Amino acid sequence: MSTVSLRVEHLKVWYRTLRGDVQALDDVTFAVADGEIMGLAGESGSGKTTLGKSLIRLDGRMRHVDGTVELDGKELPIWDNGKMNGFRFKEVSIIPQYAMSAMNPTRKIGLLVEDLLESRGVGFAGLKAELDRRLELVELAPDVLDRYPIELSGGMKQRMVMVLSTLLNPSLLIADEVTSALDVSTQKAVAETLVGFRDRGFVKSMIVITHDVSLVYQIADTIMVMYAGKLAEKAPTDVLVGAPRHPYTQALISSLPEVGVRYDDKRLTGIPGTPPSLLRPPVGCRFRDRCPLAFDKCLEEPPFVEIEPDHFVACWKAS
Amino acid sequence: MLTLHGVSKVYKTGVFGGRELTAVRDVSFGVQPGEVVSLIGESGSGKTTIGRMVLRLTSVSAGTITLDGVDVATVKGGGLKDYYRKVQGVFQDPFSSYNPIFKADRVFAMIKDGYFPGVGAGEWRHKIGASLEAVRLDPDQVLGKYPHQLSGGQLQRMLIARALLLDIRLLVADEIISMLDASTRIDVLNLLADLKARGLGILFVTHDLSLGNYVSDKTVILRRGAVVEMGATGRVFGNPLHPYTRKLLASVPQLHRKWEPLEAEAEPAADGQALVQAEDDHFVAGGVRG
Amino acid sequence: MTVSDQEDLVASAPAAPAVTAAPVTSMRASREALYFARRNRKLVGALAVVLLFLVVAAVGPLLTDHGPNEYVGPPAQRPSAQFWFGTTMFGQDVFAQFTHGLRATFLVGLLGGGLAAIIGMLIGFTAGYRGGTVDELLNMLTNVVLVIPTLAVLLIIATYLRVRGVIPEAIFIGLFSWPWVARAIRAQTFSLRTREFVDLAKLSGASGRRIIFKEIAPNMSSYLFMTFILLFGSSVLIAATLDFIGLGPTEGISLGLMMNNAVLWSALPLGMWWWFVPPGLGITIIVGALYIMNVGLDEVFNPKLREM
Repeated sequence: MSTVSLRVEHLKVWYRTLRGDVQALDDVTFAVADGEIMGLAGESGSGKTTLGKSLIRLDGRMRHVDGTVELDGKELPIWDNGKMNGFRFKEVSIIPQYAMSAMNPTRKIGLLVEDLLESRGVGFAGLKAELDRRLELVELAPDVLDRYPIELSGGMKQRMVMVLSTLLNPSLLIADEVTSALDVSTQKAVAETLVGFRDRGFVKSMIVITHDVSLVYQIADTIMVMYAGKLAEKAPTDVLVGAPRHPYTQALISSLPEVGVRYDDKRLTGIPGTPPSLLRPPVGCRFRDRCPLAFDKCLEEPPFVEIEPDHFVACWKAS
Repeated sequence: MLTLHGVSKVYKTGVFGGRELTAVRDVSFGVQPGEVVSLIGESGSGKTTIGRMVLRLTSVSAGTITLDGVDVATVKGGGLKDYYRKVQGVFQDPFSSYNPIFKADRVFAMIKDGYFPGVGAGEWRHKIGASLEAVRLDPDQVLGKYPHQLSGGQLQRMLIARALLLDIRLLVADEIISMLDASTRIDVLNLLADLKARGLGILFVTHDLSLGNYVSDKTVILRRGAVVEMGATGRVFGNPLHPYTRKLLASVPQLHRKWEPLEAEAEPAADGQALVQAEDDHFVAGGVRG
Repeated sequence: MTVSDQEDLVASAPAAPAVTAAPVTSMRASREALYFARRNRKLVGALAVVLLFLVVAAVGPLLTDHGPNEYVGPPAQRPSAQFWFGTTMFGQDVFAQFTHGLRATFLVGLLGGGLAAIIGMLIGFTAGYRGGTVDELLNMLTNVVLVIPTLAVLLIIATYLRVRGVIPEAIFIGLFSWPWVARAIRAQTFSLRTREFVDLAKLSGASGRRIIFKEIAPNMSSYLFMTFILLFGSSVLIAATLDFIGLGPTEGISLGLMMNNAVLWSALPLGMWWWFVPPGLGITIIVGALYIMNVGLDEVFNPKLREM
């Protein structure tokens, strides 16, 4: 059993709004091992983006209500923006969702990198050789540092941001929907690059946030599925996709069309209804209203328990 | 029913329009009633431009688009309005398709103003009810609400209902489900398949091969504005002949099957090669390679 | 179940769709706007000031039974119980002049600002929506008018006219203050017209004009409102400037004219502060309040600038 790199316990992060608190992330507990790539899958409103963001930077509207985050044995002070600065890029890093527009268009990329490193107290000169090596790895010429972001194509910018985010070898890398805006062929290249980073030891563990389960099936070791701010299921990839135990996961997997499946042959079905509002979440299991297996015990919230080694589910029927 | 013949679109860019950008290059295909044709391509393939040209939102630079033999580019004024009675579109972003300051069902009111001015309130209500039922929406849940109060899936289905009010023959669906959640996508796709069964022709523009494969009868693969392969969906996906098609298929992430390393095939350098028939209902640009 | 925790202020009667085509502003958005509007001190304060002056302009002239330019009292009197703002060098009632002048000021602001707003919107919307050659031509027109030194042109025009009134003055000001409005509206229209709801309107058979006025303009309503307020303020300022250098209306009175007269007749060295301070302060406060109101409105309408 490899050592645990990230441990999250009972994390609650809510959004302040005029109408009350949106309980976006409600009592989430899980762990990511050293060297593990965990896919975080869920639909809109599931809380996956909130989880990713709260591990590195809570934005103004997010409020840390409860829970702890521990990385490599050290507690991350996620509620304190200033203190977290010491951890960002060095221990925990993020590739943001619109990475292509994450670079300042008025500065040369090389200067951007220099600024970034200086702000972490790391000299640029010392890392130049390593930087060049990594650029070559993602098939970017070293002269890209002399260019402005506007001169690069979308895919090139994405790769540049990936190199930037991992330059200081963070323990944990959060990849937030990095493939959503890309074409199919670039998606594959980017996803494989992420795995390459892990294999080469640039990052220890990775959380890949996505709504595309088939993509994360290709590269992740484990997949964790979220629904309405809570964890639904977490299991090794093949187990989750091949034999899911949570009704939501089952419905989700069976609603994905694949090449080779045609409407005339096999009619897929979606999940009727919509996710519950997180302003005043329902009592008990949050999937209750849409679940074909719901029964009276579901009025009581099911705990996220380990039903098999490494396989966690939050469902009374499954456990 | 709908036929595109040698359609091209060239944009003038640069200062004083000095440079040219060819978005669509000599594309020809057709859509029959009760048939779903997928236009599949990555960004820059020209698929959205073709959809917009069919909808008369963008002009055609060369070639003809005909609906039942009538050249679409020549209709104007009253003729254009008539055209929109037969051809309608649904777009990618449900939240951008509705004017955010008005209620969602205003899209129905706009149709009434334009096409059914004389219809009484009761009869109109009935018509809307029938349309909503065809897309499996409950009128009580979606009428009288603002767009931000409804989900993406409901909004897209309302747009399809709006198109159905007009008794259309062809629907241009431009990436209509790419912004929806996985669990609602399939419902909208199934809806399209049902509409197809009722005789509607659908031009389904998408970048997602699995979706195209699920619902379409014919597939047109586009790259940089030109058709590289087209034909019956089963043949194109089952026996991909063009290197680009093969590369696309190999890159699609699939459940239960990991990516396999693909031998890099040399893709033809020249764009816009002529289509050659490889087998029945299956055409490849530049002919079959070994 | 739909996400139904929002307060749904509109009664959704079963199967009774809103068939009306009249635009309904989003209730929630305008309620939110009102909430922030009430709390915004700049907006509330500035609005109160402007309204106060408006009341004075409306009611003030009724308090005096003589005209502003009549010689009613002893010349050069300090403010007293009889003449609240004192009298001018010629014995005219400064208070009466002030209140009548306020009226002229508001009139110029309304007319001049309104005219500039209308021209700017027409040109901005047309250029932004049509694009192409129409856009190029309108752009050229806008740039030409923008570059013309407004004051110089107005000076020249004013010098040639023997008799000048408040209304022509307002019209001239309106004819030259619109370029920045047209530019800004054109830019906004450009970005809005690529939105898919405009495409959908086209697919519903709507004409260009209908799309501009029914789809695009309502989306910019807050911006258009703010534009009008700014134009109001700048018209007042330009009018005051013109009046001050002696090219204002030849009849009647305005605040700028008051200051012009005051300077001409040496009010400053003679220490007749009551003659030039009220109009000067009046203009400054009104225009200043209007600009502050605008800043406040910006905070109200733009969620990103709000306090939370």
